[in-house]
Amino acid sequence: MTSTGMTSGGMTTTSTTGNDLTGSEIAQDTVILAAASPEKPQPYAELGLKDDEYARIRSILGRRPTEAELAMYSVMWSEHCSYKSSKVHLAYFGETTTDAMREKMLAGIGENAGVVEIGDGWAATFKIESHNHPSYVEPYQGAATGVGGIVRDILAMGARPVAVTDQLRFGPADAGDTARVLPGVVAGISGHGNALGRANIGGETHFAASYAGTPLVNAGCIGVLRASDMYTAHASGVGNKVVLYGSRTGLDGIGGASVLASATFSDAADGGARRKLPSVQVGDPFAEKVLIECTLELFAADLVAGISDLGAAGLACATSELASAGDGGMIVDLDTVPLRAEGMSAAEILTSESQERMCAIVEPAKVDAFLAVCAKWDVPAVVIGEVTDTGRLVISHRGEVVVDVPPRTVAHDGPVYRRPFHRPDSQDALQANTSANLPRPADDELGGLILRLAASENLCAKGWITDQYDRYVRGHTVLAQRSDAGMVRVDDETSLGLAMASDCNARLTALDPYRGTQLALAEAYRNVATSGATPLAVTNCLNFGSPEDPGVMWQFREAVHGLADGCAELGIPVTGGNVSFYNQTGSEAILPTPVVGVLGVIDDVARRIGPRFGQGRTSEMLFLLGETRDELDGSEWARVVHGHLGGVPPLVDLAAEQRLAGVMAQAAKAGLVTAAHDLSEGGLAQALVEMCVLSDCGAAITVPPPNPFVALFSETPARILVAVPTSRLGEFAQLCEEHSQPSSALGTVTPTRPRLEISGVADISVAEMREAWTGTLPALFG
Amino acid sequence: MTVRIGVITFPGSLDDVDALRAAKIVGAEPVSLWHADADLHGVDAVIIPGGFSYGDYLRAGAIAAQAPVMRSVVDAARGGLPVLGICNGFQVLCEAGLLPGALVRNAGLRFRCIDQQLTVERTSSVWTSRYRSEYDDVRPILIPLKHAEGRYVATEHDLDALEAEDRVLFRYHGDNPNGSLRDIAGICSADGRIAGLMPHPEHAIDALTGPGTDGLGMFSSLMDSLVGAAS
Repeated sequence: MTSTGMTSGGMTTTSTTGNDLTGSEIAQDTVILAAASPEKPQPYAELGLKDDEYARIRSILGRRPTEAELAMYSVMWSEHCSYKSSKVHLAYFGETTTDAMREKMLAGIGENAGVVEIGDGWAATFKIESHNHPSYVEPYQGAATGVGGIVRDILAMGARPVAVTDQLRFGPADAGDTARVLPGVVAGISGHGNALGRANIGGETHFAASYAGTPLVNAGCIGVLRASDMYTAHASGVGNKVVLYGSRTGLDGIGGASVLASATFSDAADGGARRKLPSVQVGDPFAEKVLIECTLELFAADLVAGISDLGAAGLACATSELASAGDGGMIVDLDTVPLRAEGMSAAEILTSESQERMCAIVEPAKVDAFLAVCAKWDVPAVVIGEVTDTGRLVISHRGEVVVDVPPRTVAHDGPVYRRPFHRPDSQDALQANTSANLPRPADDELGGLILRLAASENLCAKGWITDQYDRYVRGHTVLAQRSDAGMVRVDDETSLGLAMASDCNARLTALDPYRGTQLALAEAYRNVATSGATPLAVTNCLNFGSPEDPGVMWQFREAVHGLADGCAELGIPVTGGNVSFYNQTGSEAILPTPVVGVLGVIDDVARRIGPRFGQGRTSEMLFLLGETRDELDGSEWARVVHGHLGGVPPLVDLAAEQRLAGVMAQAAKAGLVTAAHDLSEGGLAQALVEMCVLSDCGAAITVPPPNPFVALFSETPARILVAVPTSRLGEFAQLCEEHSQPSSALGTVTPTRPRLEISGVADISVAEMREAWTGTLPALFG
Repeated sequence: MTVRIGVITFPGSLDDVDALRAAKIVGAEPVSLWHADADLHGVDAVIIPGGFSYGDYLRAGAIAAQAPVMRSVVDAARGGLPVLGICNGFQVLCEAGLLPGALVRNAGLRFRCIDQQLTVERTSSVWTSRYRSEYDDVRPILIPLKHAEGRYVATEHDLDALEAEDRVLFRYHGDNPNGSLRDIAGICSADGRIAGLMPHPEHAIDALTGPGTDGLGMFSSLMDSLVGAAS
């Protein structure tokens, strides 16, 4: 086959067999060429840049950008990388974080992931990221690379990734497309995540019509490190080498920059076909796993001066961020980059999102040792450049300079939008349409209602999903799926543990984004507290519709303020976060879904509290901590029974949440509570069902008068159901009194009678509850 | 006498640290063995851990079975060295020809991570002797299981031979989680020294991090055998 390399518009390609580049390559778009041809039209609009943004790039450079530069600016100034629509609002997190809240923070927003000290010289890092759009297009690979990406983010902090979580939102469980998307997403997380050797310790799955065309796939990861060992993404030390290691760079995952290719090559039969590769990246879990182990060995041998993972925007992002955060300059030679495809242009190499790659800054004297570790793990590694103090990022390709830019202008000086926002006029009508007028069930209907709700798509057991994830690997998992929070031991040598929970009830956020987000915070905080851990830090993954819709922008702003104000009141910092916009189908935005993750710490993992009662020989009593109000707007009862969403969410009482967390921490330490479960969606009824089924044990209770329906199904926050050994009742009462914690005795655990007996209301066998709660997803998905 | 238990790490191994921890808990000296190193460093037994060796890209365990360290393990095993393959390690032992049969895709086609009850079918082996006294051969043990390719298959002839020679070590008790023929969860060589099973005893050595401590028996059994032989 002869080489059919051709040129058009200054870019080149070769045939698939053209190993000999020199024969077929003609001039590429270089800095010199760009300076000499200022009038050349460029496809900036197709790359998503506005007129004024393109003009700004020209003004920064004093000339038109080269195609490689245009590709870099366009991906780095995209919404995903630059946070241009959210930046002005996210600043509020910084404004509301006090010095006291910052005390334990080693790294915060802006780093790959926030880092907090957790005691005994240990630190922890955690983050949640979205991979929504790719997961709709290609559920398996979208979800798989979402897990891979978040694990590399944690690794880039110098941390050992120890656990992963997933926050999933799908259309109605019985919708046709959900049968395509959900099994694919779960298989992707399972197939990729399980091979990485990081325990999956939980997450959440919700269904709602608004996610039918826009499923949400958020992936979280926790890492641990010695507090003294933190690495940050900066390239310091003039003369230090830039090492690219991991998989080869290919044409997969080239999103925006493919416009350059198609604009240039649309007529080229060969070039066009060559580029028809998936815009969703394809992950290789084995390469990822080896990359993780290799990187941990590099850390352990102290061979790394700075590090960044290659995620969105690939090398363009890693080089510009490393350079702008360090000594300000870097030279890179793209001819050294190992490629998967032939004849890749500089723009393609720079913006490729091929997975399983990292970029490290290495002292010259350590380069040989660095490469030796990579060789041991069979990980390709090459020196691609050097740190300079010129203040310029200079990138050459085929011996010519194709990029010469101030790196900060690429990485940090992207556009900032002050998009209009206002409360939608429809919000008043939504809030006025309360659940007060919905017919409520008679007392003799409550037993059936308990089972009906337990089987509903949002409340049912998610074992069909979580049983596809490895929760045991590495032997540090103390609590995992089916517990309120996941918990891992930090290391074999310590009893120190980390707990993590993430939550968002988007129905409540829709009714009132400010309060709804505070309720998400309160629930994640409470879930961590329920496990006996003390909440320490907060992250978020803010999933919203289009920022160009003022109503969505209002939701976003309210959510940020609600979360920041809530964190300030609780005294725990937001250490990082992620924003995902444009989650909508046509003009229909998703329910605002600000997922809030809370990280907690526990001194002794043996003191953790799980959801199972009746496991020992002691008799136990059940208590409800917290007070119940008649709060059913936005509840699961309103949704399942009446298909209703309206009114105002339950009141938030963060002081009550804090008090509750204090009681739980003390109770765990003193061993006063044998089991606990937080009350949230579905209220007390659902908590009782879950505890009885998980414990395979019954309970006999009396619900407080006057209204058993409200007692069982209200979704008032700041409540936890706990089991207390009868031998410790006095101490428990004293603990509650010391904290002024409202507490009411509900009844007893009945190991010899496997039924949930609610005096005068219902009497249901554990077997019936198990069938209702666990049968739903297997019936739908096989 | 110090008993040294080697645990192989292939690229893609996952549960090597868990196996090393199990060795340590029963009082052995844990020794890491690297896939590319043919030297077994004088260990008294070898555990091939769970994971996805080399990504399991050809067939589960197929490439690992050809690794330099495995050539040494095969030779040593034929000479009587106790060898235990867990999950991916079981697949490797079958691929290496040390145990008959193969592990194929689960009947349900999905990865499953569950706590599984097993019956111990043979307690006269270096890996299961402890279950004789502790469990009276009757009570099932509870061990985590996590795999997508754990359905044990073999020819009828091989299955009959395994049963006739008392080489079935463990069977699934209650529900068969993956469609394994004759509910087989683990098998061994005729002398009981080479053993493979899909469930993970190394994840059941501490009630804090596993469903209980039923897995410890396998590692304690080995210690009994090795210490007894030396004394």
